[in-house]
Amino acid sequence: MITKRIIACLDVHGGRVVKGVQFVDLVDAGDPATQAARHAREGADEIVLLDITATHEGRQTLLDTVRRTARELFVPFCVGGGIRTADDAAQVFEAGADKVSVNSAALKDPMLIDAIGRSFGAQAVVVAIDARRDPRANDPVRDAEVFAQGGRKPTGRRVVEWAREAEQRGAGEILLTSMDSDGTRAGFDCELTAAVSEAVGIPVIASGGAGTVDHFADVFGRGRADAALAASIFHFGVSSARSLKEELAKAGVSVRLPC
Amino acid sequence: MRVTVIDYKAGNLTSVLKALRHLGAEPIVTDSDLSLVESAERIVLPGVGHFQATERLDATGLTSAIRAAISRGVPFLGICVGMQWLYAGSSEATQQPGLGHFAEPCTRFAESSEKVPHVGWNSLDVRHGSRLLAGVEPGEFVYFTHSYKVPVTSDTAATTFYIEPFAAAVERGNVMGVQFHPEKSGATGLKILRNFLDMQAKEAE
Repeated sequence: MITKRIIACLDVHGGRVVKGVQFVDLVDAGDPATQAARHAREGADEIVLLDITATHEGRQTLLDTVRRTARELFVPFCVGGGIRTADDAAQVFEAGADKVSVNSAALKDPMLIDAIGRSFGAQAVVVAIDARRDPRANDPVRDAEVFAQGGRKPTGRRVVEWAREAEQRGAGEILLTSMDSDGTRAGFDCELTAAVSEAVGIPVIASGGAGTVDHFADVFGRGRADAALAASIFHFGVSSARSLKEELAKAGVSVRLPC
Repeated sequence: MRVTVIDYKAGNLTSVLKALRHLGAEPIVTDSDLSLVESAERIVLPGVGHFQATERLDATGLTSAIRAAISRGVPFLGICVGMQWLYAGSSEATQQPGLGHFAEPCTRFAESSEKVPHVGWNSLDVRHGSRLLAGVEPGEFVYFTHSYKVPVTSDTAATTFYIEPFAAAVERGNVMGVQFHPEKSGATGLKILRNFLDMQAKEAE
């Protein structure tokens, strides 16, 4: 039976894992390679590494970090942040990523999705979408607005429409972040996640708002998510993938328990 | 432990090479050098992407070289599209034949309410006697990402259920394939690759 995936997310800046709220008050949370290995050992189904600053000067540092992190990692490994061209993607794959996540660059040039998919396969392209409910829209959820540049720039695009376009262009998965829920620890936006998940035929990874085990059970149920991103709850040993999954299994969610 | 890894320009090989090296093997990559197939101790055909990409194997002469190596008894492992290629062909690219070592065709998952591709960790129902999957216990999971699959037959070494039962692994003598990605399947995947690397070439009768 297919299991729901718990994905550990590492935000990196200058080669270190950092943790902060809305990208401010960053706190050092360790070495990416060490953290990734620990999460994998504790049962995370996948690792996402996001370069949250993604400066041009930082590319080499990122590639070194990816190479070091990938070396002893034998679960799927996705890298995002600052991937603007198919060449950028190729370098990240060469460094050891299995998937790349594209966001702002795909909004600017949607053909980027087609280009990466053609060279590396649809399974290797994750389109990350940051969306915020739009109270002015007819349907505030389905018509939630998509934002670029780390949530700073409204694009006028509607979330369901953009997710469908990404799928048609060959995205293998959607990583959906609710900007309303992000950082609140009050739960995922299940309505938003369900709206996108029902609109596309590819897996949807829910992100933003995780605070308790129940939140995960909820987004896998009501939210129809195929996977969920856990970032802050894993840091500083607050909760491990293992304990999260053991609780989810008790709640009747199908998960892969680490051996 | 030398292992010849075939590069047919479908996706990246980094993860497979990394896992093989981690296990102490010495992977040698070729995209056209037939002598590396002729002298191979064991062969891995990875693959993510489109079935059409396997046309490159025909164009470079690798198909014939692999067929000859297989008949000499060289252990062969196809991963994902590399497994599908062992069959007659795929509805993903109907003009492109597979190796035909196994007679069945590869087809897309049936239309259903479930998502396609099948992405994620799923369990294996291992058939007794598989050398490749020796030591894989019930309840162990492996990582899949695919939209096409091959049917369950007498050569199936393990089945997985998604929408319908399909062959997660095939094994007949020295010829093996896995639909999942052992290089991305944690300790379980490494155990399976280890089993493969431990196999020795046997001269065919």
